[in-house]
Amino acid sequence: MTIDKRKPTATEAVAGVKDGSTVMISGFGEAGNPTELVHALVDQGAADLVVVNNNAGTGHLGLAKLLEAGRVRKVICSFPRSAKSVVFQELYKAGKTELEVVPQGTLAERIRAGGAGIGGFYTPTAAATPLAEGKETRTIDGRDYVLEYPIHADVALIKAEQADPWGNLTYNKAARNFAPAMCMAARLTIVQVREFVDLGGIDPEHVVTPSVFVDRIVEIPKPISEAAALLEESAP
Amino acid sequence: MTVPGSLSRDQMAWRVARDIPGGAAVNLGIGMPELVANHVAADQEIIFHCENGILGMGPMAAPGEEDFDLVTAGKKPVTVLPGAAYFDSALSFAMIRGGHIDTAVLGAFQISRTGDLANWSTGEPGVTPAVGGAMDLGVGARRVFILSTHTTRDGTPKIVEACTYPLTGTGIVSAVYTDLAVIDMTEDGPVVREMIEGLKIDALQALSGTRLALSPDCAVLSAPDL
Repeated sequence: MTIDKRKPTATEAVAGVKDGSTVMISGFGEAGNPTELVHALVDQGAADLVVVNNNAGTGHLGLAKLLEAGRVRKVICSFPRSAKSVVFQELYKAGKTELEVVPQGTLAERIRAGGAGIGGFYTPTAAATPLAEGKETRTIDGRDYVLEYPIHADVALIKAEQADPWGNLTYNKAARNFAPAMCMAARLTIVQVREFVDLGGIDPEHVVTPSVFVDRIVEIPKPISEAAALLEESAP
Repeated sequence: MTVPGSLSRDQMAWRVARDIPGGAAVNLGIGMPELVANHVAADQEIIFHCENGILGMGPMAAPGEEDFDLVTAGKKPVTVLPGAAYFDSALSFAMIRGGHIDTAVLGAFQISRTGDLANWSTGEPGVTPAVGGAMDLGVGARRVFILSTHTTRDGTPKIVEACTYPLTGTGIVSAVYTDLAVIDMTEDGPVVREMIEGLKIDALQALSGTRLALSPDCAVLSAPDL
């Protein structure tokens, strides 16, 4: 058989996501967000989700739209308090969405550990701070480290630049951020790319995420720029 | 509460930049620390690291040339210099925690006499907690420089005996650059290395919440008009 992970539409790409799933969503602020896949998930209807993202959505697109639709039970992120993160702020203050704040490097490493089969790790980050409360702290070579556990996901929604039919991926600039680790940490990794290329169209030296970490791909040639949309919203 | 002769934000950033050696890999925190990039000497090759996966960050993007896939930690469109590299978040924080970043310049709510830092939360009820990369940078960078006004707007000292706000990290601050002084954090506590013209140590002490020592070589803190 030949391997072909391409799906014709975002709707088909996100089919089958179950209520109660943990969903990783790539992106940092507005860079690297799989906005079309998230919107397809809103339409698909899965609810009671735990979302893992660096932030907690801005404006009213993408993750903010998923939050606004009432589908998210809990957000695990490092920085939910950006100026335009209006939807989450209201939900959090109203007690409608749980929040787990994780230092950004610990978040990235917990996701990586989840994808790499690591059962936990000790990090100096957050030692002796409120974010280490209730966690095991161990002194190693005279320095204090905090035990952190991996994060696994049922689904990862990812934005990348190019994919071949096997699902090898490249990214665009700093839109890469959390995507490679998230691709590894989910049982079902769904990726929207700006461009499909033929098998062999990506130099093996330039593959950033190898195909084995990817399950479904869909081509979105002109994705929404959440940042540009925010600028338009705030224009006089 | 302005002390005569106190430095402007740009002058403070200029002063910090003087203590960053050429060739260093540097991470600038969000806010006032971002100004430091504008004041490094033109002949110094300094590699700016950005937590979201950039090494070799250049100037901010010109209007009309923004690329929203290329932003700073503060989510502003930026550019890269020849020699730059992109990488993922896990690698970016391996760089930070692994001690590969020479200097981090960060803001502060409070700095204790033992070099503890509080800069991510005032613990105020009703405010959503958000930490970002602050704790990783605090423990991981080889040197942590604090760029901050000497007191809060209402005159409350930021350099204190012990932090009352939630900690970012303990014993991590190397030096503090304020609008009034440059202070080294040593094993014996804070030592004033420079003060602005005309300021006496007693006056500086009165604006600080913990005992300051005066370096025998204490110099005048000055910066060009910026």
